[in-house]
Amino acid sequence: MSEHHKENFITKYVFTQDHKMIAKQFLITGMFMAVVGMLMSAIFRVQLANPGETSILYNLLPGAWLNDSGGLNPDKYLALVTMHGTILVFWVLTAGLSGTFANFLIPLQIGARDMASGFLNMLSYWFFFLATVVLLSSLFVETGPASGGWTIYPPLSALPQAIPGSGTGMTLWLISITLFVVGSLLGGLNYIVTILNLRTIGMTMQRLPLTVWALLITAILGVLSFPVLLSCGLLLIFDRSFGTSFYLSDIIINGEVLHNEGGSPILFEHLFWFLGHPEVYIILLPALGIVSEVIAVNSRKPIFGYKAMVGALLLIAFLSFIVWGHHMFMTGMNPFLGSVFTFTTLLIAIPSAVKVFNYLATLWRGNIRFTPAMLFAIGTVSAFITGGLTGIILGDSALDINVHDTYFVVGHFHIVMGLSAIYGMFAGVYHWFPKMYGRMMNKNLGYLHFWGTFICAYGVFFPMHFLGLAGLPRRYYSNSAFPMFDGLSDINELITFFALAGAIFQVFFLFNFFYSIFKGTKATQNPWKSNTLEWTTPVERIHGNWPGELPVVTRWAYDYSKPGADEDFILQTEPLKEGEIEH
Amino acid sequence: MTNILIVVVVILLVATLVQILRVSELLSEIKNKDVNEVTDKDNNTQGILFLIVGFGFLIFVIWQMVTWNHLLLPPASSVHGTQIDFLMKISMGLILVVFFVLSPILFYFLYKYRGKKSNKAYFFSHNNKLEVVWTVIPTILLTVLIIFGLKTWDKAMNVEVTESTTIIEVYGQQFNWTARYSGLDNNLGKANFKLVKGRNTLGVDMLDSNAADDKMAREVHLVIDQPVLLKFRSQDVIHSAFLPHFRVQMNCVPGMTTQFGFTPNKTTAQMKESEGEDFEYILLCNKICGASHYNMQMKFIVETQEEYDVWLASQESLETKLLTQK
Repeated sequence: MSEHHKENFITKYVFTQDHKMIAKQFLITGMFMAVVGMLMSAIFRVQLANPGETSILYNLLPGAWLNDSGGLNPDKYLALVTMHGTILVFWVLTAGLSGTFANFLIPLQIGARDMASGFLNMLSYWFFFLATVVLLSSLFVETGPASGGWTIYPPLSALPQAIPGSGTGMTLWLISITLFVVGSLLGGLNYIVTILNLRTIGMTMQRLPLTVWALLITAILGVLSFPVLLSCGLLLIFDRSFGTSFYLSDIIINGEVLHNEGGSPILFEHLFWFLGHPEVYIILLPALGIVSEVIAVNSRKPIFGYKAMVGALLLIAFLSFIVWGHHMFMTGMNPFLGSVFTFTTLLIAIPSAVKVFNYLATLWRGNIRFTPAMLFAIGTVSAFITGGLTGIILGDSALDINVHDTYFVVGHFHIVMGLSAIYGMFAGVYHWFPKMYGRMMNKNLGYLHFWGTFICAYGVFFPMHFLGLAGLPRRYYSNSAFPMFDGLSDINELITFFALAGAIFQVFFLFNFFYSIFKGTKATQNPWKSNTLEWTTPVERIHGNWPGELPVVTRWAYDYSKPGADEDFILQTEPLKEGEIEH
Repeated sequence: MTNILIVVVVILLVATLVQILRVSELLSEIKNKDVNEVTDKDNNTQGILFLIVGFGFLIFVIWQMVTWNHLLLPPASSVHGTQIDFLMKISMGLILVVFFVLSPILFYFLYKYRGKKSNKAYFFSHNNKLEVVWTVIPTILLTVLIIFGLKTWDKAMNVEVTESTTIIEVYGQQFNWTARYSGLDNNLGKANFKLVKGRNTLGVDMLDSNAADDKMAREVHLVIDQPVLLKFRSQDVIHSAFLPHFRVQMNCVPGMTTQFGFTPNKTTAQMKESEGEDFEYILLCNKICGASHYNMQMKFIVETQEEYDVWLASQESLETKLLTQK
């Protein structure tokens, strides 16, 4: 890898095999999709506050199906909700988060020149890119994009007669997700192989930074669960296009009696959630990894209970495979199964609680430096507490009866999964930006971005719990059909206000990001005074990462403020002093 | 025109931001300071902000609980629902206590341990005793919740069907609900989707001897304190029958029958007295099912046996409806 052949624009920026550049490609694509997804949510939030009013934002959206006739009708509303979910779950918080930080951090933090296979890594991005193109193209087809919710339950998603979005839009959605899964499998396999085989001398598993641990476990989850989504989608393609009946049975739609018999939509739900639940942790774990690193660095303290943190990650990952049924308590499955899934689900609260306590213990008696990254890392901890607790309600099948599919769920998962993960992603971007671009992001804009986002996000998602407890179902185009919800319009207006305000604060981030790439102040080699290996590479970011020999690791990643040391950090490459004990 | 104006305004705003940033950076260059270095002053400001905004958030939460309390669902109108409400109170109480303990600790620590260049953090990498304690406490609490939760769930879902249980079918389709009473024999006639035709909108098999006395209805009447078993079917896509006031929810899945049994214990008239004249028990669809998902409803009425008998007698049986009126 050390041969320095001349690179042209195409091999450097487009079909690059350098993990750092691929990471940035994932990041920028993810950010673009985040903006698209956020604008969609702004449009449907305006609808929920002022039903029937066509917003200015709505007119800005492209797409043939949008412009046909007057305003946001129920079909389009459902399409926007579906695309918002799909984009945020898969494009932003899976590919945008894992894709960026797994690619960027794994080789740099384990002391490798690049990924095990640069070529597969490149393919992984380009499959993702193709998936993005196909997904976005579905916005432009006449019947609109997929509209059956991001969980695409058949028969709704299988029958174009049931909803227009289940026509070409759904076909494109399925093709897109298939490409997406291929990309994420190529990436995931690469991450696992790289971490297991390419660690530099001295980088034992017990010395890995928690970011790498989290990314490793995430990749394993992905490799085990995404193929199930793929098969789940393939069977749906068969039902839609080739007349099979895996998921369909006894259906009359628009007066037409379908021939399908013997299939079950519940089978789809089982397959979908077998991916779907681990997917929640595929989203969350990388954020928790990033947060562990950022909090330790900026508290100037070792992360508290490193082994417990790794153990908690492993336990959460293991449990995530045996809890999928809690999404299906109300499907009519055997109540005994419901009991089993309640039991396993509530167990997840234990390792989650341990993680929260360990974060608090890390902050305790620290010397906290509030970089923008640190603010967002704390945001994750706060969101993880707030959102995690309501999981105890939803995971309990008896209580789920009355909050299932209401706004209580929307509030819960947007806080615990959405906010925790997106804050983690912001923390990662602010923290590693100097390593990505050799420049600093503006601190004060970062502060502004954090406080605006933190306040608005709670303003959006916390009130949703009350909507849910009032019985309001999710995915309603309008709440005016039921007099019992008339009293909730004030809450909806408040939520929309915060949602739009929160969206505006993201402009500060986008501006800061692109401005700093070109004009930010120059970064030094180790601006946060961190211990980990990425900060021993030159600011110039060369292909192969280290100009000379690979670094040799002699200690763990968390020797901050160690008694007896000259400074409050010790690089992982610094040999142990005589008589010094490793943590 | 508006769009062009918006674009112009955005461009101007961005340009202003660029200039402000340039100025601040140039100023700091003159002063020979790194504009992006986190100073003690920053730590101070941010630490205090966390204290203010953090506790502001907690106050906001309390404000919501007080202000919006009257909007929440009234206490359950069913026997098992009362047990669910009790479990909800316990669980909600517990998570609120944890929330109001952990969040203040987080915000206080951020304020208390805000950094100073002259300070040094305390090297504290693990403590087995502490870690065991805070693994065991949540484990105990969750064990209690799990046992309590499973008992409530078991009672709610495994209802015994006796002679006195009224069996009613609830049939979902895009975008309405239909009910079918099982009639004098308290047995629903068989149904098959292939038999849906004309007025036989539910596909009831009229050759089945149980079918003749079945009655179709556009609203559901129930008798107070009388157990009922709802059987759900769907014609097209997945719907979910949601009766929030009774704490009842069950998906309606094409190709299979699902069920939920419960006993209503407050009449509509009683609820109107406590909740206002407009009150109605209502069945909503709670699984995305298409364009009019948001408007798929059916009225439920809980009344006395006498009122119920009068209403039921006024409904025509399927035999009359489908076989005699050709």
